[in-house]
Amino acid sequence: MKGSSSRLAFSLGFLVGACSIYFFLRQVWFERSYPVLTEAQERATAVSESPTSWRKEGAALINLLHPHHADEDSRLADVLYQKVRVLCWVMTGPYNLQSRARHVRATWSRHCNVVVFMSSVEDPDFPTVGLGTKEGRDQLYWKTIRAFHYVYEHHASEADWFLKADDDTFVVVDNLRWILSNHTPEEPIYFGKRFKPYTKQGYMSGGAGYVLSKEALKRFVEGFRTKVCTHTTPVEDLALGQCLEKMGVQAGDSRDTLHRETFHPFVPEHHLTGKFSKSFWYWSYCYYPIVEGPQCCSDLAVSFHYVEAELMYTLEYYTYHLRAFGYRPRYRPSVRQGLTPGPLSQTVVTAGLKVVQEVTDGRGHTTSASSLGGNKTKSETEPEKLGKDDLNSGVTENRTGVTQGRHR
Amino acid sequence: MLSEGGSFMKGMAVGGIFCLGLSLFGSFSPATEHGPGEHHHHHVKAPSKDELTRLSDGHVLELVNQVRVSCIIMVQPKILVYWATVLDTWSKHCDKAVFYTSESSKALEAVDLNEKDDWARLRKALKHAYENAGDLRWFFVAKATTFAIIENLKHLVLTKDPEEPFYLGNAMKSGELEYVAYESGLVLSYEALKRLVNVFEDEEKCPERGHALWTMSEDKQLAVCLKYTGVFAENGEDSHGKGLFNSKSVDSLITDSMRDNPTNVVEGCCSDLAVTFNGMSPNQMQVMMFGVYRLRPYGHDFHDLLVFQPPEGSDND
Repeated sequence: MKGSSSRLAFSLGFLVGACSIYFFLRQVWFERSYPVLTEAQERATAVSESPTSWRKEGAALINLLHPHHADEDSRLADVLYQKVRVLCWVMTGPYNLQSRARHVRATWSRHCNVVVFMSSVEDPDFPTVGLGTKEGRDQLYWKTIRAFHYVYEHHASEADWFLKADDDTFVVVDNLRWILSNHTPEEPIYFGKRFKPYTKQGYMSGGAGYVLSKEALKRFVEGFRTKVCTHTTPVEDLALGQCLEKMGVQAGDSRDTLHRETFHPFVPEHHLTGKFSKSFWYWSYCYYPIVEGPQCCSDLAVSFHYVEAELMYTLEYYTYHLRAFGYRPRYRPSVRQGLTPGPLSQTVVTAGLKVVQEVTDGRGHTTSASSLGGNKTKSETEPEKLGKDDLNSGVTENRTGVTQGRHR
Repeated sequence: MLSEGGSFMKGMAVGGIFCLGLSLFGSFSPATEHGPGEHHHHHVKAPSKDELTRLSDGHVLELVNQVRVSCIIMVQPKILVYWATVLDTWSKHCDKAVFYTSESSKALEAVDLNEKDDWARLRKALKHAYENAGDLRWFFVAKATTFAIIENLKHLVLTKDPEEPFYLGNAMKSGELEYVAYESGLVLSYEALKRLVNVFEDEEKCPERGHALWTMSEDKQLAVCLKYTGVFAENGEDSHGKGLFNSKSVDSLITDSMRDNPTNVVEGCCSDLAVTFNGMSPNQMQVMMFGVYRLRPYGHDFHDLLVFQPPEGSDND
């Protein structure tokens, strides 16, 4: 009697012990995975804060160090930075400084020549200008009028073009400079995402950002001085468009050389993958035909709207950082007149050899890469509709030996 | 009563030790004893710009031919949208892309392995890819829920010899086992795949139905099998030491960086030449195609030593 109950107890204990150890091990030991630390993590270097490259001048931030990337050749962008000076003013408010404006300050606005944050209330630390208005949607045009007057009074000589953006607009300022490089600040013209209703020549969407030439800004201010323009409606973008139309400022076409839009009133995901319902107001507003899918947006996109904090950084990463090594883009517009950066120094392209690899349709009909060799051939881009602009000639390069066997 | 209690305790102790012993024995084997010279951290770094410019022209030409990638993409009808998205996006940049499914779908083409078990399916796919390798020497294995930038993968392995065994990705550790996480893609050189396919024949070391006692995820199974052939998982990193294979999505990593490096979010986040991201929705993958291959600031050029042409018949890259 005693013996068998002991054995029973023993077996039970055995089972219990085995099972609990099994589950314990499974949880604690075998199933616990952790990543192998990268070398970077092992060095445990704290990511250092980037040096301050702005000079505060009153409420404006003047950019001293145009942001540069370690491995890149940005001479062309640097030339444009000098020649096409852009002042960015960002529409914000005291309640949005920490949730929105702060991220604009940390990302795209660093690429402007001058940036000014416009609020109803002055804040010397951020810094923001106090426009002396109240906050709210009904104040938008008042803020816009005062903001443009402010930059005209204080910063007219420091820039050639004057961009207005919201604190949830993301702007690629280098691409803006490319669009503007074909024009001069003496032209009475402005650019943005063009809408068509209520005006003869159309007007530019406020959220997607718009940019005025110096002459256009002059005429805007003049219009208010002479009372040709007044505060008509709080709908800021329409009202501004109507004022500029009266003052003889032209509504420009901001599309790229393949007629693709550059200023966008929504986030990239929406334009690239969304289908706008046919009853959506957008269809009747767009001045140019809407294109859905990948051709909605130029490679050299200038702006997106409704961009929240996290997406600001993601877009900055996509634009200025993440890339495909060695990839030659399909769209390579030729350099505009008068903008060639000068001869490429030999240290930049030392190998002198560009060896090309192709990938065809990925179904096994691959080509082997090219041969070394003599002459530079014209690389073809996608024979898209239009523009001899995109058929090569790219940026100046003294690259030799690029040949390719383009197989069928 | 007391003696029963005592027996119970003794039983528990013996049971526990028995289980511990069994699991230890099952998990480790003499074959994995490492020599004294073995280092604990396995990293493979991408070549720096300097390293590349020092290569001779002839050498570069050789490398271009050698660095062609065969993509092994694991799909299932239940993730049809991901399957279609991968087909429409990053797989176009593989020199060869083959989709392997658990069961066939009327909508899309794939090699139907007709196999529900994940590990068995992976084995079959790898075998098939090896047998049909042609002259391709690098193999990239991913699920359709992963996004990959193949050009950056080529950059990582550019100066590596595929006749050497390489098994790269986001290296993780589970107990003593170092393995490459499946979610962020696996890279195998020809030699590694060859050894793997050979060890598949060994039912002892690399059983088709997995190891006894518990089922390990397929990525760990793979690591165990490879370990028997002397191939170890290595972490793929850029020339600065940043990991290139990400098990999270871009948004997730940016959010983490906003929390951890608020003054330097983008620099503190991810590598410029990242190879993979995981956990992105199909729409986000389309946005990433735009972000990687198209969206860029005018006037900034990288004079990379190699040039990769866009694939034919595509317009989202």
